[in-house]
Amino acid sequence: MPGPRPHTDTAGSSPRWRSNMNLRHLARWEIVLTIFLACDLIINARMSPYFLNVWTLSDATFSFVEKAIVALPMALLVIAREIDISVSGTIALTSVAMGLAAKAGFGTFSLTVVGLATGLAAGAINGALVTRLGVSSIVATIGTMSLFRGVAYGILGDAVLKSYPQSFTFFGQGYVAGPISFEFVLFVLLALVFGVLLHLTIIGKRLYAMGANPVAAAHSGVKVDRYRFWLFVATGAASAVASILLTSRLGSTRPSIAQGWELEIISMVILGGVSVTGGRGTIVGVALAATLMGFVTFGLGLKNVPGIVMSIAVGTLLIAVAAVPAVSRRLSRRRSTHSTG
Amino acid sequence: MNRPAYKLALLGRDATLWVLTLLLVIAIGTVFPQFATLVGLKSVLDDTSILILLALAQMPVILTRSIDLSVAANLALTGMCAALFNHAFPDAGITAVIILSITIGTLLGAFNGALVWLLEVPPIVATLGTLAIYRGMVFVVSGGAWITNNKMSADFLNFVRADLLGLTLLSWLAITGSLLAYFGLKYTEVGRGFFVAGSNPEAALYAGINVPRMRFIAFTISGAVAGLAGYLWVSRFAIAYTDVAQGFELQVIAACVIGGVSIAGGYGTVTGVVAGCLFLGVIKNALPLVGISPFWQMAISGFVIVAAVILNARRGQSVRRRILEEPST
Amino acid sequence: MDGQLDLHAGEVTALIGENGAGKSTLVKILTGIYQPDSGVIQLDGAPVRIHSPADAQKLGISVIHQESVVFDDISVAENIFITARPTRCGLVDWAAMRHRATRILAQLETNIDPARPMRELSVAQKHLVQIARALSHDSRIVIMDEPTAALSHNEAQDLLRIIWRLKADGRAVLFISHKFEEVFAIADRYVVYRDGTAVGTGMVPGTSVDQLITLMVGRTVDQVFPPRSGQVGPEVLKLEGLCRKAEFADINLAVCQGEILGIYGLVGAGRSEVTQALFGLTTPDKGRVILGGHSIRIRNADEAIRLKIAYVPEDRQRQGAILPLSIQDNVALASLKSLSNLGFRNRLQTRRAAQQWIDRLQIKASSSVQSLEELSGGNQQKVVLAKWLQTDPKVLILDEPTKGIDVGSKAAVYKIVRELVQRGVAVILISSELPEILGMADRIAVMRRGRLRACFHRADATAEALVRAATDA
Repeated sequence: MPGPRPHTDTAGSSPRWRSNMNLRHLARWEIVLTIFLACDLIINARMSPYFLNVWTLSDATFSFVEKAIVALPMALLVIAREIDISVSGTIALTSVAMGLAAKAGFGTFSLTVVGLATGLAAGAINGALVTRLGVSSIVATIGTMSLFRGVAYGILGDAVLKSYPQSFTFFGQGYVAGPISFEFVLFVLLALVFGVLLHLTIIGKRLYAMGANPVAAAHSGVKVDRYRFWLFVATGAASAVASILLTSRLGSTRPSIAQGWELEIISMVILGGVSVTGGRGTIVGVALAATLMGFVTFGLGLKNVPGIVMSIAVGTLLIAVAAVPAVSRRLSRRRSTHSTG
Repeated sequence: MNRPAYKLALLGRDATLWVLTLLLVIAIGTVFPQFATLVGLKSVLDDTSILILLALAQMPVILTRSIDLSVAANLALTGMCAALFNHAFPDAGITAVIILSITIGTLLGAFNGALVWLLEVPPIVATLGTLAIYRGMVFVVSGGAWITNNKMSADFLNFVRADLLGLTLLSWLAITGSLLAYFGLKYTEVGRGFFVAGSNPEAALYAGINVPRMRFIAFTISGAVAGLAGYLWVSRFAIAYTDVAQGFELQVIAACVIGGVSIAGGYGTVTGVVAGCLFLGVIKNALPLVGISPFWQMAISGFVIVAAVILNARRGQSVRRRILEEPST
Repeated sequence: MDGQLDLHAGEVTALIGENGAGKSTLVKILTGIYQPDSGVIQLDGAPVRIHSPADAQKLGISVIHQESVVFDDISVAENIFITARPTRCGLVDWAAMRHRATRILAQLETNIDPARPMRELSVAQKHLVQIARALSHDSRIVIMDEPTAALSHNEAQDLLRIIWRLKADGRAVLFISHKFEEVFAIADRYVVYRDGTAVGTGMVPGTSVDQLITLMVGRTVDQVFPPRSGQVGPEVLKLEGLCRKAEFADINLAVCQGEILGIYGLVGAGRSEVTQALFGLTTPDKGRVILGGHSIRIRNADEAIRLKIAYVPEDRQRQGAILPLSIQDNVALASLKSLSNLGFRNRLQTRRAAQQWIDRLQIKASSSVQSLEELSGGNQQKVVLAKWLQTDPKVLILDEPTKGIDVGSKAAVYKIVRELVQRGVAVILISSELPEILGMADRIAVMRRGRLRACFHRADATAEALVRAATDA
């Protein structure tokens, strides 16, 4: 069993490549994702002749964009060393809340408000559990996952809610200009917002610091608990947005809505280069990863591959991506032990 | 002093849960007497046995600061394989089925372990991935078809229901498993190794413990038990299909956490885990009696999990080290 | 490194050297964690191979590390026998374990209950358990890496007595320490390492502290502490009757502009707890904090920073440095607002600031974007200091600022602190190192068990007086 790598104590004697590796490694990651995306588009186009049609491409965006919107704040959460497994539960609960409101005759605007409020509340519950009551985020959100979806099941049973107003369908089915859907535009806008937040503002720097070393960050004046709380709230809100889009697209609410989405959303985040150990990752990566996953699954869907089989591909991709750092470390170690005496 | 304070405190941690469960049983029993009878309680035990086995197997995983989200998918896949095998070779006998199940489960668990050990994939990512892969494989292996009891041999179905001294074989398996887990964790080097690896992974190297290898062993055990549970589940419910035990991994983890296993690793008791399982089992079996629609079951167990987790977090909070002495003058 | 070491049975050999001199590497080779590229290790004249900690243990080598290698969730007895549990028929024999643990602990003259969970023990007790572990292996060679770093004066004396006993038993002890008083108290032989090579060895009675320092540093070091100059201004910070349950009580302290207030005390006296409460990391139950004449309440670190208070924490790895981040990001972390425009980071400003500190503090790094984990301990501490200096504080709290860093970096830190003080910054210096606090502080407060015991002016402060106040029975 190989021992730990010798870490010399004197400055500058460690290989220089490591300091630039972070930057180069990240940029390399996005490049790899882009290459994969290009390959996949080519493969899809080969397999299905109408794939490169703008309308087909636009159709492809619908499903993954909804998940990708949740992946954005989720990425920030994971960078800050937390996680939220309850997102699909929040989506279900929000949908049920909106369905009931629609049944009671609420208009589109009010429905949206109801949806967002539910998502914010769910996020706040998660945030409070983690920051006020000191529960670890993985355990807390496993609990709230069951709680939220359970309430959805409890309220709805095996019924379906369908009485949504006509204008509500714009969110999930409407287009802004030509083949560009409202969902897609919303995603791009939100991606820009989160990207700017993470990479250009001081909030982003604090999140990276929190994820890399929460204790030192707190000692340096970062209000760690406050950021955590609002990240969970943001994730809840994003789940609500996704729920609005999804429900609007489906035109109905079932308690099983978005089942299993947490797996795909977290996969997008990790595939996007965000490290589970915190302190590392980019929004560009996550957006690319979401797009890659979206087109892969859409292409498979065109070939009538059942969803559950597609998740084999997603799972494999997730593991392969997560294994890359260790594999590259082993390869470089072998290279360096061959070069030194 | 014969019974030091901290020993009582540790006992108290588990005792509260047992007492709570007991109170629950009594409370429900007063309104629904059939619940608190021997028959009723045996039925609860039988119903909870699979959860007990899986939770005990998850315990070493959590002890080593890992998590296994793929257990339910593992269970579904091995269960389907067992059912398919039985359907193809109904005369092969129950031993062959059990060996097959455990073998497949072990391989699936070892795969998780290898990902964590050799490829350094974080456990949550590895098991999220295998969760999807194994679940998808159930569909691939079965072609989406369901295997119902009329395609299962008599042996296959009777094993778990066989009566031995008043309890089903399934219940006995849970009891045996609990005893094995208790003795294994307390008296074997490997068992102690789990605690050491989780308590201080950085220092474990100096104690001669290879932490990634310990995790590999933990995942393999988790897989093996999930494999066995696959057969047990499919046999008990007399059905095998793609969505078997969908989401059950959350129940398993919840039972561990409710039972006092620390998610930060290094601490946990077998008695606590069993108590956690029984607690959840009592609630689950009481709900239909009390007239609560099964649709609310998930929400209630979710609520219980959240409550238990809050209480556990409270208990785990570190006490301030006492520096200040009371004024002496 | 190019190592050379001779250990003799029944002797204590002191291993001396600055950080990064190769001491840890040597220890790791002896205990099987690292493998030497070349060279030979001989035991009783016969060459041996140490491939793993298990090998080292079999050869009778055991080590007590600087950081406690203890497992909080399991019992004392199991901690003692962590590498070799007593077994019967292949199963762990708990009764035998408890028995033997009790015997060994009795040898060490302590009444720790072996069944207790480890997490309840104090730092000193945990050290004792590690020594018990070494005894349980009946080790012939006992290596101790800075064993008294976290011990009080009395506990350190107890430890030295135990080392004496180990010596008498015929074991060879390798004693790594920065504290020359202890080296001269207990060691028979010394070996000095510098830049990875053994540069000097001999018998302890035949040498002096100056000679040892010269060997360590490679040059004569006559003045480590820069001279005092400048005026002391008006009072800028005052703590009045500060109390926090179980931690400290009745703390009355004041510090003026241009002054260094030292706080001396044993490890665990509550000094860091006071400054943490001052800095807003915890909340005091009673008392007032008066800054610049106004009574204030600091609820979190961010507020403290805005009030121009800075706190360089004790535990560099955990509380001070964010290792995966770059030097630049570390330096900017407490001053992000000032290095930004409307919330957007000003990269140019940040880089310039970082480079300024690299130059001023002579941080050995390849660039400001280099990751902190590649720097040595001393340089990491300089980056942490830079982070706090960047906030342009009026009150600077330093908690053991030179712990575990080399002599050269220490001198640089002292120089910077002097410069700050000359410019009017008020400094609170928490230190357990007598030379440091006597050399730097204008006034010294002594804490013991959560209370203030004495206050000295520089002129009246002597090492004995400080130690007596800190350990007053």
